[in-house]
Amino acid sequence: MSDYEKPSMDLFQPNYDRPEADLFEDTLDKRHRVGRVWKVVFQISTVIGIIALATLILKIFNDTMGYAAIQYKKNPATISTTGKSLEEMSCSELWPILAENVSKNRLRTIEREKILEERTKTECYNLVMFEVAEPTVKKTWPLLASLINYQEIQAYTAEKYPEGDLTFKVWITKSFILSPQSDDPLKAGIKTAILGSLFIILIVIIISFPIGVAAAIYLEEYATQNRINNIIQTNINNLAGVPSIIYGMLGLAVFVRYLEPITSGALFGFSDPTTANGRTILSAGLTLSLLILPVVIINGQEAIRAVPNSLRQASYGMGATKWQTVWSHVLPNALPGILTGTILAVSRAFGETAPLVVVGAATFITFSPESIFSKFTSVPIQIYQWTARPQDAFQNIAAAAIIVLLVLLLVLNATAVFLRNRYSRRW
Amino acid sequence: MYEAKNAQFPATSTDEADYMDLRSQPRIHESIIKGFLIFSGVISILTTVGIVVFLGQEALRFFTDPQVSLVEFFTGTVWQPQIYKFGILPLLSATVMSSLIAMGLAIPIGLSVAIYLSEYASQRIRSIIKPSLEILAGIPTVVLGFFALTFMTPLLRSILGNDVVQIYNVFSAGVVMGILILPLISSMTEDALHAVPNTLREGAYGLGATKLEVSTQVVLPAAISGIAAAIILGISRAIGEAMIVAIAAGAGPNFTINPFEAAETMTGHIVRISGGDISYDSLDYNSLFAIALMLFLFTLTLNILSQRIIRRFREVYE
Repeated sequence: MSDYEKPSMDLFQPNYDRPEADLFEDTLDKRHRVGRVWKVVFQISTVIGIIALATLILKIFNDTMGYAAIQYKKNPATISTTGKSLEEMSCSELWPILAENVSKNRLRTIEREKILEERTKTECYNLVMFEVAEPTVKKTWPLLASLINYQEIQAYTAEKYPEGDLTFKVWITKSFILSPQSDDPLKAGIKTAILGSLFIILIVIIISFPIGVAAAIYLEEYATQNRINNIIQTNINNLAGVPSIIYGMLGLAVFVRYLEPITSGALFGFSDPTTANGRTILSAGLTLSLLILPVVIINGQEAIRAVPNSLRQASYGMGATKWQTVWSHVLPNALPGILTGTILAVSRAFGETAPLVVVGAATFITFSPESIFSKFTSVPIQIYQWTARPQDAFQNIAAAAIIVLLVLLLVLNATAVFLRNRYSRRW
Repeated sequence: MYEAKNAQFPATSTDEADYMDLRSQPRIHESIIKGFLIFSGVISILTTVGIVVFLGQEALRFFTDPQVSLVEFFTGTVWQPQIYKFGILPLLSATVMSSLIAMGLAIPIGLSVAIYLSEYASQRIRSIIKPSLEILAGIPTVVLGFFALTFMTPLLRSILGNDVVQIYNVFSAGVVMGILILPLISSMTEDALHAVPNTLREGAYGLGATKLEVSTQVVLPAAISGIAAAIILGISRAIGEAMIVAIAAGAGPNFTINPFEAAETMTGHIVRISGGDISYDSLDYNSLFAIALMLFLFTLTLNILSQRIIRRFREVYE
């Protein structure tokens, strides 16, 4: 017996002290009042959920731009001797300024990186800014405070950093996306992290898609109801609920340590000096593949199950074998669903941080990954590292990186929704 | 051999060789394909075996070390690997505390949202709010960790005072974790409520029940198995969640029951230690596997329990 068959009837219990007619009328008002109160409670709860989401998104946007108190070693206004502002000067005009202000050795290093003629105007400008003016961010304010309390901010800056400069800074820019990692929040970018993420995701797709789909086909089309297949099915459901950090520990033990000759590339003659031990893109990719495999399988199974049996029967009726039926009839019809499920699973892998930290993401790399045996970092890892630093400006670039991550995820999810709407068929 | 254009029906053909050979033939490539399919299915088993074997193996190394005693591991209140103190209670208490805070927030609000969406809201409102809340569930946890540290903590500090709330504290991590789990609970509960057939509702209305009475005394009890499963999954998720607590809850084991103090959870500890320079085969390294094994066993038990509840107590209508 379950509870619903005997709902509590306290409110309907007749009260024999009173005449029958009163009874119903008396409690009805009260019951409706209670009902109205609770309806408001339910509504408020829902609004709280929506407010949480809105606050989260606004908070992140709020941090991506705002005033920043920047202190220069040498004020950009006084660097130029000709009266022209630095932004207006051409590269050949900027070069002498650079030569005048930096040491000979440093100039030679800069020239060796790229000669004058190949540099664009912005590159030259940035060089002069960072090499000569040497700005440091002292304090930043979020957008909302910048708009409301401009006077206060100005007064604060004038008092605390008399030589400082108050500028409105947008932290998410093209150069932020295209620059490698750096210790200086003004120069730092997430190119390295984006490339790392893409490399890892590529491995995840290459491994988890075929294996996941194959396992789904096996379980839905081939497996009979026996003990082993039941164990496999239950096991997959359980694996889907294992915390991601456990997969990180598994990856650390298996891919990073046990299979180190393979994952470090040593077995294949890659002796990249930067990839000490197995903490490589390959290890990270394999770990995340295992992590999303159960989800890919479960989604694949659902898609295959949605293909009506009549299609299979028709195919068998024409003399097709089991595999021919699966390959030519079941799979093409299940593919949109499978792809949607896989993309959603991949977008989960894209945002994962904990397993990658455990597997051994590099704390600081400025060079782009070259092969799957390179050290790795990823966008979420970068966000984690920047969030952990106390200075204001790192919070701003962490927010900028979050925007990049959310946009990438949005693109992935929109693709999934598009595929589902465009190709899914109702039987 | 059979060829399509020469095919003739046996009845009209007199030549034996033209008959279709209808006996099943061995198809080597199909067997190979089937082998690959089975192998793919078995990989999931290998993953589980891998988790148990490798976690178990390293954890065993930890427990058999002369510096470690099992009793101390489960009862000790100090976790300081430098002086060989391995008591899991400080880590466990922080995990339990943050999960309790998260569930304390997520269960009442999640259930209210689910009841509102399933019983009160119009189809249009439902189709807007439900996906919006599911976006919350899809946001990477590192982003929520950022939110906890840079929004929730300053907010708490401005309300309760800087001397009450530490910069890193379990409470704000727990609250944000509640925000993460809320959509999981509301979505699964809403599905369960939605599956309750309308006849039950109409029966109750016929008896003169108000909307609230129908929702809470008829529909909710009827969907209790789905709701219980959702709550248990939520707990399992809270225990295993790593990034929010790693960022916002603090970096150092602390045996306390004050949620406004910094404390490190099991997952937070694993993230912090493995993110630093750690030498393999050290006691410190092996201890992480012992913690991970505990974590795995906790969450596995909860997940199995959740599935059992769904299977045992599900009301099948029609």
